[in-house]
Parts: sequence; structure tokens; C-alpha cells
Amino acid sequence: MSEEESNITRNEFLKNVGKSTLLIAAGATGYSLWNNAAKGLTTKKELLERKRTGRPKFSMAIDIEKCIGCGLCVEACSKENNVPAGHYRTWIERYVVKKDGTVLIDSPDGGINGFPNNILDEDIDRAFFVPKLCNHCEHSPCTQVCPVGATFMNDDGVVLVDYDYCIGCRYCIQACPYGSRFWNPGLKTADKCTLCYHRITKGKLPACVEVCPTNARIFGDANDPESPVSKFTRENQMMTLKPHLQTGAKISYKGLSQEVI
Amino acid sequence: MLNQLLTSQSWLAQVQSYIFPNEVKELQWSVLIVLYPYLTGLVAGAFILASLVRVFDAKALRPTYRLALLIALAFLICAPLPLVAHLGHPERALEIMMTPHLTSAMAIFGFVYLWYLMAVLLLEVWFDYRKEIVELANSSKGPLKLIYTCLTLGIKDISEKAVAFDERAGRFITIIGIPSAALLHGYVGFIFGSVKGNPWWSSVLMPVIFLLSAIVSGISMVLVLYILITTWRKQKIDVTCVSAIGRYLMFALIFDLTLEMLDIVHRTYEAGEWFEILRLLSSGYLFQTMFIGQLFMGAVVPLSALAIMQAAKLSDRAKIWAHFVCGSLVLIGVFLMRWNVVIGGQLFSKSLKGLTTYRLELIGPEGVLAAGAVMLLPFAILWVLVKLLPPWHEAEPRPSH
Repeated sequence: MSEEESNITRNEFLKNVGKSTLLIAAGATGYSLWNNAAKGLTTKKELLERKRTGRPKFSMAIDIEKCIGCGLCVEACSKENNVPAGHYRTWIERYVVKKDGTVLIDSPDGGINGFPNNILDEDIDRAFFVPKLCNHCEHSPCTQVCPVGATFMNDDGVVLVDYDYCIGCRYCIQACPYGSRFWNPGLKTADKCTLCYHRITKGKLPACVEVCPTNARIFGDANDPESPVSKFTRENQMMTLKPHLQTGAKISYKGLSQEVI
Repeated sequence: MLNQLLTSQSWLAQVQSYIFPNEVKELQWSVLIVLYPYLTGLVAGAFILASLVRVFDAKALRPTYRLALLIALAFLICAPLPLVAHLGHPERALEIMMTPHLTSAMAIFGFVYLWYLMAVLLLEVWFDYRKEIVELANSSKGPLKLIYTCLTLGIKDISEKAVAFDERAGRFITIIGIPSAALLHGYVGFIFGSVKGNPWWSSVLMPVIFLLSAIVSGISMVLVLYILITTWRKQKIDVTCVSAIGRYLMFALIFDLTLEMLDIVHRTYEAGEWFEILRLLSSGYLFQTMFIGQLFMGAVVPLSALAIMQAAKLSDRAKIWAHFVCGSLVLIGVFLMRWNVVIGGQLFSKSLKGLTTYRLELIGPEGVLAAGAVMLLPFAILWVLVKLLPPWHEAEPRPSH
């Protein structure tokens, strides 16, 4: 075979390969679009959503009227997750609205030992307890600012921290508007509530939910319409903390008063 | 001032204070994080002053052109140090560049930093000094010869054509450098300004205020160091140059102070849910560092003095020392501004119902001594740079191009 013939053959071969590749790519894209359209799926967002709906979306509802401020949830959380002393994955706040209109808020040691009876009854207009924890926000400011993606939202809606990857810059702690994150001095990383991820993925309840004597915390899969949390949020008027920040908090409250911060 | 403090204390007594339990133990960002925007700001400001000579042909500033470049370089080399030293896991620091999370303002730091260091500052210094580096590589001996030879990067052509190219390249890089410097520090402001959960930080003005205060601080650092080093070298200080820097400083201060006041007025007028706690903060804990230090001593006093000097007839000696004092005051003022932003932004609870305090340690990884060492290091690096690449003969007129 002459050199010229050899070149022509090579060029033709390459052209054919190019054409074939284009045809295959066009065919595959066309089939994919047709296939998606047939299923009623057209956008990437919808495809991702479909991928997610197969999984649970964990969330928690809190019935403020039922919380008695006993602190068992704080203690259970602390023991279950080895939370370092002086830090809290969950805590309870006590609100006392006095007759003169002033509001007293406290949370001694996160409410782990309950609350002292240090306010005169006749001064009190009303009082209530508010359990707090990470809100596992759908648009969480903490995951947005993490420079390495060490904090992330899992497919099941739980915001987690990869302790082996966190560089410890603390930007996420600054970004959380709820004060739910803290610095773990032992790990030298950021830390927070995981909804007891090690338990819920085995079908158990988070420790704080399990020990609550009044069922003030309701946990479950928000994607399942029959789950306790879905039923509770459907049947009651629910509210999230700091809704103006548009974080998409997954922890919702029944009976949230305007004094709550 | 005492009266003001007492007033704020009595007001505090009426507030039912509460801070979230996780905020009790410590502040998350220490004095090291105060140094980070301070150092970065000095870089941006010094570079912008240098660029006035290159791009806008501000002849009066020529004696400080190279010094400003070296100051920018020395401070830029040290800028990431306080950040890395502050990390819980400094050994993972490079992950910011290897696996950046692109929605994070902080993740972009590595790229902005490297761009500014490699593509702007190092290149500009190299092009500007290339001819001298080649000459020094030929004339020096021993280890110095090796260093200078390495610095030539193997290019020893110093023909007229090559030097003319250096000049053009330097000018081009400076033109790229100005928006880069603005990006570098505007970006640092964005790190704070974009935190929506913190009303003290969350402001669209933050990047612009950071940028302007950076320019002010960089100009002041060049002014102060030029006067100090020239006095140390027992050389004549160029009063025209000092006055010209003073004029630029005055204009920059006008814009900087205006924006800072605009921010305060806007927040006060808007008076959102956060207003009470921020008023308590600024009239109490931050009163001295903000109103006295940052705004009055660090901006109003030097600005007034610089304005008076434009009209008043002073001896050269008085002019030089007045400028030196103004520059020093601005440097302290801008440091306090960084302090008020970084520390101030953590002194109130996100509950907006209580204040906390900052305990500055003397010893320890985030103490005064560590911060002092980080602050002194750029000066040590500058000393080495000045020894290696003397900026002085730039005082002689640059050949026209």
C-alpha cells in the first residue's frame, strides 16, 4: 500500500469514527430524553428528586406544650454521643414571661439537671420549655460555608460532619444562626447533632426521643405520610425557628411562642 | 467615656440576658483571625499604591514604588499563616485547594491567594528587578551568586529590547493586578459579609469597607516604613513623595470613613431585630475600640491633620513627622477596625439576647505572643527582601517609556 493511500484510509477511518461517535452520542441522548419524558422526568432536578424520594427524609417535630424541662433528653444525648462537657447537641431553654412583660430565658448546663424553682409564682404570667437541637436545614448555612465539604447533607436529609475530613476552621459554627454547632476540643473539629444517625439508620429512635417521658419529641420519616412525624405536622400548626432566614429547618415546633429565639 | 460605659452597664441590667449554651465556653475566632484580614489588607493597599506609579504615572510616588511592592510581597507571604495556625487540623489545610467546596466563600481563598501571589506580585517584582538580578548574578560571588542565578530563572538577556519588554510586561501585570488586589480584599470582606446569621457582619457594604480600609492601611504602611527606613539609612526623605502619599491617604480616608459612617447610620436607621444588642455592644464593650480607636483616633484625627497639612505651611521636618504620626494612627485604627469586626461579631449571642467576653491570652497558640510573632514575621521577610533586592535606586528617575 502506498503512503498516500495509507493516509487517505487513515483519514477516512478517523472521519468514520467521528461520525459514529456523534451518532451514538446523539442516539443515546435522544433515547435518554425520550425515556425520561416517558416517565414524566425531564430535568436533572427532577431526576435527583426521584433518586431521593426512594429514601427517607428524617425530621423531628416538638410539642412545646408537652415538654416539662426534665433534662432527660439532654442527658441521654450526652451519654449516647459522648458529648464533651459544657457542649450540647441538644438543650432545653426555659422561657418565663413575667406579669410586667419581661421575659426571662435560661438554660443552666443546657437543662441537663432540670431547672431551679427560683422565680416567684405570683410574678409569672406564663412559662414554657423549648428543646433545641440542630435544625438539619434543607438550605443549611453551615454546609454552604464549609470550605472542604466536610459537613454535608445526606440523601436522607440529615446534616452530618465528616470528622476525618473537617479542617477545623470553625466557619460553620459562625454560620449556624441557631447556636447548634460547637467546637469539639477532643476531635478538634466542629460537632453537632446527627439525629443519632447510628441509631436511626438501624430503625431505632434518636436517644433524646426515646427517653422523653411525655413524647414531646416526635421523630420519623417525613416522606412517609403514615409516619408519626408526618401525621403530627399534618394535624397541627407547626412553625420553625427563625423562619425569616429561609434555612428550610426540618425541626418544627407546635405552640412556638413569639418570645422564642 | 466613663459615663457612656456606666450608662451602658445600667442599661445592661434591664436586659434579660441569655446566650446559647454552646456559646458560653469560648469565641470561635481569636486574635489570629483579626490578623488575617489586617495582613491581607496591607498587601492590597501597598500594591494599589505601587500601581499608581506604574499605571497612572504618579511620578511623586516613585521613591516608594519598589518598596511598596516588596512590602506587599512580604505581607502576602505571611497572610495565610494566622489562618493555618488557627485550624484545628492544620495538616488538612491543603484540602481547601485539593477538594474545595465551591459554595464556600472560604474555599476560594487558596485560588485568590495563589493567583495574586504567583500571577501578579511575584511576576511583577521579577519583571521589575530582572535587569538588576542578572547584573547581580554576574557580579556577586559565593552563595549570593547562586541565589541571584536562580532568581534569573535562566533568562539572562538584558538587551535594550528585552528590558523594554520587561517594562511592558510589568505594566500589563499591574493593570491586571489592580482588580486582583481589589478582589483579594473585597473577597476577605465577603467572608464576613455573607454570614446571614450574624447581623454585625452581614452587610453588602462589608467587602467595600474592607477594600477601602485595606487601601488606607497599605498606603499608611508604605508611608511609615518609607520614613522609618530612610531615616535609618540616614538618607534624605523625599518630602514631595511623603506629601503625595499623604494626599492619596487623605482621599482614601474620606471614602473609607464615609462608607463606615454610612454603614453605622444605615444600621441605626434600619433598626432591625438585632438593633438593641448591637447598640449595647457598640456603646459598651466596643465603645473604646470602635468610636475612640477606630473612628476618632484612627480616621477623624489623621484625616483632619492631613487636610490641614494641605493648606498649612510647615517645615519639611514637621511635615514628615506629622505624616508619620498620621500613618501610624491609621495603621492602629485599621487594626482596631479588624478587631471590632472579627471579635465584635462574636461578642453577642446569636440569640440576640446577651453578650459575652473575649479573654485574650498572653501565651498559647492563639495568644498575644503568637499573634505578635505572626505580625513581626513580615517585617523580617521584608528585611531579607530589601537586602536581596534593594529598592533604593528607584529614587532616581525611571527612564521614560
